Amino acid sequence: MSEIEGIYAVWLREFKVYLREKERVISSLVSPILWLVAFGTGLGSVVTIEGVNYRTYIYPGILIMSVLFSSLFYGVYVIWDRKLDFLKEVLVAPLSRVSIFIGKVLGGCTTVMVQTTALLLIGYLINLYLPPDVFLKVFLLLFLLSIALVSLGLSIGANMKSPEGFMLVANFVIWPMFFFSGALFPLSNLPAWLSGVTSVNPVTYGVDLVRGAVIGIQHFPAFVDLGVILLFSLLAIAAGTWSFRRMHD
Amino acid sequence: MQYTIETFDLCKYYGKVKAVDRLNLRIKKGEIFGLLGPNGAGKTTAISMLCTILPPTSGTATVNGFDIVREPAEVRKSIGIVFQQPSVDDLLTGRENLLMHTLLFKMPREMRKKRIEEVLRLVDLEKRADDLVKTYSGGMRRRLELARGMMHHPAVLFLDEPTLGLDPQTREHMWKYILELARKEKMTILLTTHYMEEAELLCDRVGIIDSGRIIALDEPEKLKSRLGGDKVIIRTKNPNIAALRKIDCVKVIHRKGDLLQIVLESRECDLRKIILNAGKVKSIELKPTTLNDVFLHYTGRQIREDEAEGGFWQRIMGERKT
Repeated sequence: MSEIEGIYAVWLREFKVYLREKERVISSLVSPILWLVAFGTGLGSVVTIEGVNYRTYIYPGILIMSVLFSSLFYGVYVIWDRKLDFLKEVLVAPLSRVSIFIGKVLGGCTTVMVQTTALLLIGYLINLYLPPDVFLKVFLLLFLLSIALVSLGLSIGANMKSPEGFMLVANFVIWPMFFFSGALFPLSNLPAWLSGVTSVNPVTYGVDLVRGAVIGIQHFPAFVDLGVILLFSLLAIAAGTWSFRRMHD
Repeated sequence: MQYTIETFDLCKYYGKVKAVDRLNLRIKKGEIFGLLGPNGAGKTTAISMLCTILPPTSGTATVNGFDIVREPAEVRKSIGIVFQQPSVDDLLTGRENLLMHTLLFKMPREMRKKRIEEVLRLVDLEKRADDLVKTYSGGMRRRLELARGMMHHPAVLFLDEPTLGLDPQTREHMWKYILELARKEKMTILLTTHYMEEAELLCDRVGIIDSGRIIALDEPEKLKSRLGGDKVIIRTKNPNIAALRKIDCVKVIHRKGDLLQIVLESRECDLRKIILNAGKVKSIELKPTTLNDVFLHYTGRQIREDEAEGGFWQRIMGERKT
């Protein structure tokens, strides 16, 4: 019981701090909107894929991108907490490291899902009407993905000492995960090497599943997509728990 | 006898650097104990090990009867800490920081509210409790940390350089709060400092630490009286040295030109007798022995007070979460 209250405390702090940093809320929305409006509309005026306007086609990819970026970059706050010594206060508490990690993951997922919900609502403005059941399905899928990606971000954060180092590593993880995910292009008819790279990238399966839900174009069977995402989540959570357990000041 | 804190050959090595070298301390219940030493002496390392956030290289210690290596969870429940760098969250209010602490330290629900009010009152922060910490002054942050440290009625309170980076006036206020809470809450306090005054004023006993080792340990008065008494420095032309030597409490006399340095035997001495035999006195200065003299005596160096580790916090503050 008291462990749960501890988790709640960690979560509450993350959420309150997020809400009080307006810049963070706004900046996290800027780049997905730019991709959608500038890139999507620009290319969309000449390109359609499988009979779908390009902007509509990449919308699921942009949703995933938003989750990917904010989830992974969330890991940097562990480093800031360490720098500001706030982490010490938490680490020295008689609360298990697993609980601290769970609280952090939930805090991160909450902030990510606030943004994602905003993006989903923006979809309605650019003529992407999602029926309530699809909206819910997409929301849950993105939530699952954000658990995996926040855990991955926190694992990196827990093992790094400087924000600069974190950014370097995170960029090395994020950009390939984004570009090799099929967020911006269809998976059919790819050259073999590219097809190989996309198939080992867990984000690919997230994109595929969300795209299937939103516009009905899906490359893999749903159980494969879901299976890979679940496995990825479990691995990322394991890595995060392990990293938090061995974290010393 | 049961000690609240007892260390057994506690060591922390970083490669060849001995940050803490075979530390053996015994701190009694209800005592305010100070670790006094220059920066880099190993004070923070020692405290970090006792708080279980840093594993020792060898040796161990007990805090409130629990072993820091084998029973870290029990140790953590017994202790409160005020860190050297402020560790309150500045995007939460004072009250929210305290509430978080009650949850993290698993305080019973019915105690939380009452205790928060109690500690806020103790450090005079009731009026600002609902403002964000980023609007607090340095002194207020420290007070909030002090409040947070004693929140869960810990058996031991660790204060790591509690007044580092505060201006002299705020520092004196802080001392007042520390003494008051020691009296009211009857906690055992282990504090580290490199301010002599602070150690003398607050501590029942002081351990002087240098390069990871305790070089002297006693009550501040006793440490000082080991070096003999205070010094009187007199500028005079024609002192009656023979008569001065006969005065009971005079221990040694040094003369250099018209400067006369008299080391007194004890701290109680009739200065009138000295002045009467000092001839035509131009000026007179009384130099009490300080813990700095004690440190100087044992190490041949001075504790440099100006060499504080501050600055980092200020640099980071401007950059946070941009």
